[in-house]
Amino acid sequence: MLEPILLSLKVAVAAVAVDFFFGLGIARTMARKEFRGKNVVESLIILPMVLPPTVLGYGLLILLGKRGPIGRFLLETFDVQLVFTWWAAVIASAVVSFPLMYQSAKAAFAGVDVSLEAAARTLGAKELRIFLTITLPLAWPGILAGLVLSFARALGEFGATLMVAGNIPGKTQTIPLAIYFAVESGDTDAARNLVLVITLLSFAAVFWLNWWSRKKLHVWKKGDSSRAESEYP
Amino acid sequence: MLKVNIHKVFPGITIDVSFEFGRGFLVLFGPSGSGKSTILNCISGLQQPDRGSISLNGKGFFSSSDKIAIPARSRRIGYVFQDYALFPHMTVKDNVMYGIPDRCKKGKGYRVGALDLMQMLKIEQLQDRYPGQLSGGEKQRVAVARALMVEPDLLLLDEPLSALDHTNRKNLQIELKQLQQAWNIPFVFVTHSRREMHMLADEIIFLERGKKQTYVFPAVRSSGLNLAY
Repeated sequence: MLEPILLSLKVAVAAVAVDFFFGLGIARTMARKEFRGKNVVESLIILPMVLPPTVLGYGLLILLGKRGPIGRFLLETFDVQLVFTWWAAVIASAVVSFPLMYQSAKAAFAGVDVSLEAAARTLGAKELRIFLTITLPLAWPGILAGLVLSFARALGEFGATLMVAGNIPGKTQTIPLAIYFAVESGDTDAARNLVLVITLLSFAAVFWLNWWSRKKLHVWKKGDSSRAESEYP
Repeated sequence: MLKVNIHKVFPGITIDVSFEFGRGFLVLFGPSGSGKSTILNCISGLQQPDRGSISLNGKGFFSSSDKIAIPARSRRIGYVFQDYALFPHMTVKDNVMYGIPDRCKKGKGYRVGALDLMQMLKIEQLQDRYPGQLSGGEKQRVAVARALMVEPDLLLLDEPLSALDHTNRKNLQIELKQLQQAWNIPFVFVTHSRREMHMLADEIIFLERGKKQTYVFPAVRSSGLNLAY
């Protein structure tokens, strides 16, 4: 009972870390730059959200499997096999939850007034300082929303995970997999307990996010909240 | 001495202006869409002209022939934006001190200069408030203080009084004029209000569709403009 919970948390945290790192960089670029084929790139980024997880799982198997381009490279160069390890579960969860992180972060970056960054520039600030002191704090509520939503999504990932990581108890069996196989084997007590745990975890994450953004909004602006509200997703 | 020679093409309008300006209050006057803000952006380094050159006190900031383009952060040009562009998540004090390099902040928190400046602009009692809690006139003072805190060699103001009511605007016009004399750096002020232009200007450039129309040399200054009103 405890094993799938801890594993799920470990996988979700690692997946969100990957999403955060790539999501921030890509979202920031896409929010401010215009280039040819931007629509195509954007659609590809969003695609994992609308595709069936089994399609993603199949795609990942092709890429990461022994005969896939990435899988073979890793096996031959580092003697590492990703498929059917908990890392494969991390990759599956990260890919499936990435659009949520990306969408929130992009909207948050786009909501930061460019004249604030311009003002910081005229005050002598370098680009990194502007990003850390102006852009990131102002976009933070949206980014945090992306973090929480992608965490909840990663926690619940089932289809793609099953295909690339399998169902190995103690190794790749996360809560959703454990629930499915518990039901299948008739162990309804275990299934019910795990269902309660994952529902509570997800509810707590989303509830905390709502509570936090309300509180934050209150501290910043007592008089004029019109501008702050537009920065919240 | 500010020397500006800007050529920049936009769809529908070509900006082609050159002027020199030494001290006092220069007003760029013209209707909206005449290129006033673009000229300020080019001087500050936020935008680049297609061709031309910009220099201040002999320092070259931009030159298309020599391929120089000093970034905005290194120009030491203060800029007060039309909507003030105050950082909404920072207090007045943090806004004003944003431009001070970190090495100056060590020790007591802020330099005497910052407090003096806030007193001069009558905002020292507001220092722990957030911009969302300020009136338009207060925001304008904070924006001016923030721009002056970096000890700029030139201050640009883009219609900073347009959002204010009549009384506030009149008071701030007088204060800006005094501030310019106290700091003794050139101010370049953009407006489309004739009254504002007459109250503030030492020199005026009239702009229409990106071109300089007439250049009124110190005529306004000798017509008895002073601080007494």
